[in-house]
Amino acid sequence: MAEATSELLKTADGRPLKAALAAAQTRARRRAFLLVLPLLFFVLLTFLVPIGYMLKRSVEHDGFAASAPALVAWFGANPGFDPADPPEEAYAALVQDLARMQGEKTTGIAGTRINYSVPGTISMFKKGAREAKDLVPPFKDALLAVDPAWAKPALWRGMASASNAYTSEFYKVAADMKLSDDGWTRGGDKERIYLYLFFKTFLVSGIITVICLLLAFPVSHLLATLPMAKSSLLMILVLLPFWTSLLVRTTSWIALLQEQGIVNDMLVGLGLIDDQGRLTMMYNMTGTIVAMTHVLLPFMILPLYSVMRVIPPSYARAARSLGATSWTTFRRVYLPQTLPGIAAGSLLVFILAVGYYITPALVGGADGQLISNLISFHMSKSNWSLAAAIAGMLLAAILVLYWLYDRLVGIDRLKLG
Amino acid sequence: MKKILVLSTALVGVAFAAQADITVLSWGGSYGAAQNEGHLQPWSAKTGNKVTMVDAPDPAPAVKAMVEAGNVTVDVASVTYADAARLCDEGLLEPIDAASLPAGADGTPAAEDFFPGAVTECGVSTDIWANIYAYDTTKFPEGPKTAADFFDLEKFPGKRGLIKAAKANLEFALIADGVAPADVYATLATPEGVDRAFAKLDTIKSEVVWWEAGAQPPQLLADGEVVMSTAYNGRIFAAAIEESKPFQIVWDGQTYENEMYVVPKGAPNLEQAMDYIRFATSTEGLRGQAALISYGPPRKSANADPIIYKDGKTEMGPHLPTAEANMANALQTSAEFWVDHDAELNERFQAWLTQ
Repeated sequence: MAEATSELLKTADGRPLKAALAAAQTRARRRAFLLVLPLLFFVLLTFLVPIGYMLKRSVEHDGFAASAPALVAWFGANPGFDPADPPEEAYAALVQDLARMQGEKTTGIAGTRINYSVPGTISMFKKGAREAKDLVPPFKDALLAVDPAWAKPALWRGMASASNAYTSEFYKVAADMKLSDDGWTRGGDKERIYLYLFFKTFLVSGIITVICLLLAFPVSHLLATLPMAKSSLLMILVLLPFWTSLLVRTTSWIALLQEQGIVNDMLVGLGLIDDQGRLTMMYNMTGTIVAMTHVLLPFMILPLYSVMRVIPPSYARAARSLGATSWTTFRRVYLPQTLPGIAAGSLLVFILAVGYYITPALVGGADGQLISNLISFHMSKSNWSLAAAIAGMLLAAILVLYWLYDRLVGIDRLKLG
Repeated sequence: MKKILVLSTALVGVAFAAQADITVLSWGGSYGAAQNEGHLQPWSAKTGNKVTMVDAPDPAPAVKAMVEAGNVTVDVASVTYADAARLCDEGLLEPIDAASLPAGADGTPAAEDFFPGAVTECGVSTDIWANIYAYDTTKFPEGPKTAADFFDLEKFPGKRGLIKAAKANLEFALIADGVAPADVYATLATPEGVDRAFAKLDTIKSEVVWWEAGAQPPQLLADGEVVMSTAYNGRIFAAAIEESKPFQIVWDGQTYENEMYVVPKGAPNLEQAMDYIRFATSTEGLRGQAALISYGPPRKSANADPIIYKDGKTEMGPHLPTAEANMANALQTSAEFWVDHDAELNERFQAWLTQ
């Protein structure tokens, strides 16, 4: 026996079979790789590169570092300076840089960069730069005469930090920290917003996912078990809204749910509520949840349906014939088989909900805002680095959830359709 | 790499720019239509150049994206005063030679003809618009008259519409609280002033419906969702005159500002873009737009004769933010203040909303 296996099997042309097989597989693999190459290239170009660029933006901003060489050099040489009382040389370097900014028209960029962590400084930079070339030593007194705010310790801390193009400042701001005279501290009660909104975004997304699952499960079951003609009709009812514009669906909900809307009019007409007691169902969290659940429902129904369709009905019948109650049959036999669909649908709905932007903006009112609305605000107000930092934190949170999900459910159990 | 980030923006721009000699980026809606009819078409007829208008919900971020990507496809953009200042600060706009702007129709040199602040380093004003508030006259025959009345829930019960942003609301709240318009920004620059503005907003917070797009306030008023709402004055004018809605504007406590034409850095047709701006901001160009929407022309010479609305009978004068009667308790929005404090106050505002 041992001798027989030690003799190598050979192909017709005398090559070892193992090597021939490996060569053939390599060829097949190379061909497969060439086939997916266009997609890989596409994903790289439209997905990975922009995300990488966004993450780079969140830690890099050279607006100040590039336009204030004298200060950068001074901060480099004096890392342990006292921000509460910078010496005359620091002010001399600052005045020199301000004059240079005026000449090169970089005042705005540098001031904008400092303004991100120390509000109110853009106009100081502009005013200081205009007068810089006329200032005479001692520069400290001269500059403080232009604007006493130049002595603020927070400003010097901000400039020292911004003199390095790479910074974690934007992540600190996104974590509700403020640059005060004593360094980075937790923001005041009236200013903290980002962490709260992160928490709320995940909570609302979780609620929407659960509601979607509860609503989608019976519908998908019906779709999977009804005769073809009826299930096709039902499928159209599911898909028709799916194909309708998101904006149209969102504004339809406004027409339905607002205070003078159809639902309230009907309730008043039926005498269930009086005209003064109309329900507030729009421009608050209720409106956001209702509209987003409706918009995202098909993403739950479709994966569930594709899984339920292939579950043989004989399993449930077998369970019943062996004496299981209908609840036990559902819990022990049917439900476990739908798990891949539940997992896929929940993941899809949750991740889509976390990034939702336009629906909360339109129907959210005061307390229906989610974190993506603030990302959009900073995009439009040109603080792209902060927007990138918030988005980066969102991405990290999603990746953590994905990892947890993989550990608990298993990504290979996912079935998207 | 930057190119990829704004691929979609740029592609849309390319698709349009390939057709036209110059491309103007504006806000769409009735405002874009007024610019199209008042500026683009007459300029095109006069010079023979083709000109195309493209829309963005807010042109400023699009301009920033294009310039940073090095792929500028529009030649002229219409942006708010604060955005014009901000983009100019960041070096994203071409400077505009103020001396090249044409004199007024009556011969007044441009430097004296334009209102103060209407011409900046990188932008020229096309109109002056205002944040006002309007109410439904069927709800209140004896309507509110002052900014303070907006906050008076006892005399004028019902829901109010307010823009979901710090800008405009904080100024309005302070004026309603009795701060003189001249002192508003000095007050807002102090922490106590900001607290005072939010305290005033607190008094109506439970009754507020928040809006974001300019088209919403007339809709909210028409639906009866609110009894009064802050709004852009042109939108209320259009609803009241064009659609005969029972809306009345209250000018007390209005905050007005210039809307600017700017040229993105690296615009493909710089010379023609400048020529377009010279035409659009001439006395004739400004009057052309003002006859189509109730935003005031920023030149003295353009206001000298009555402007008649396109319906042929409504005189625009009393409907403009710049009319003397409307300026009694008015405040010019400070671009400098908001460039400095927008992010900070908006964070506070968002936090206040969720409390």
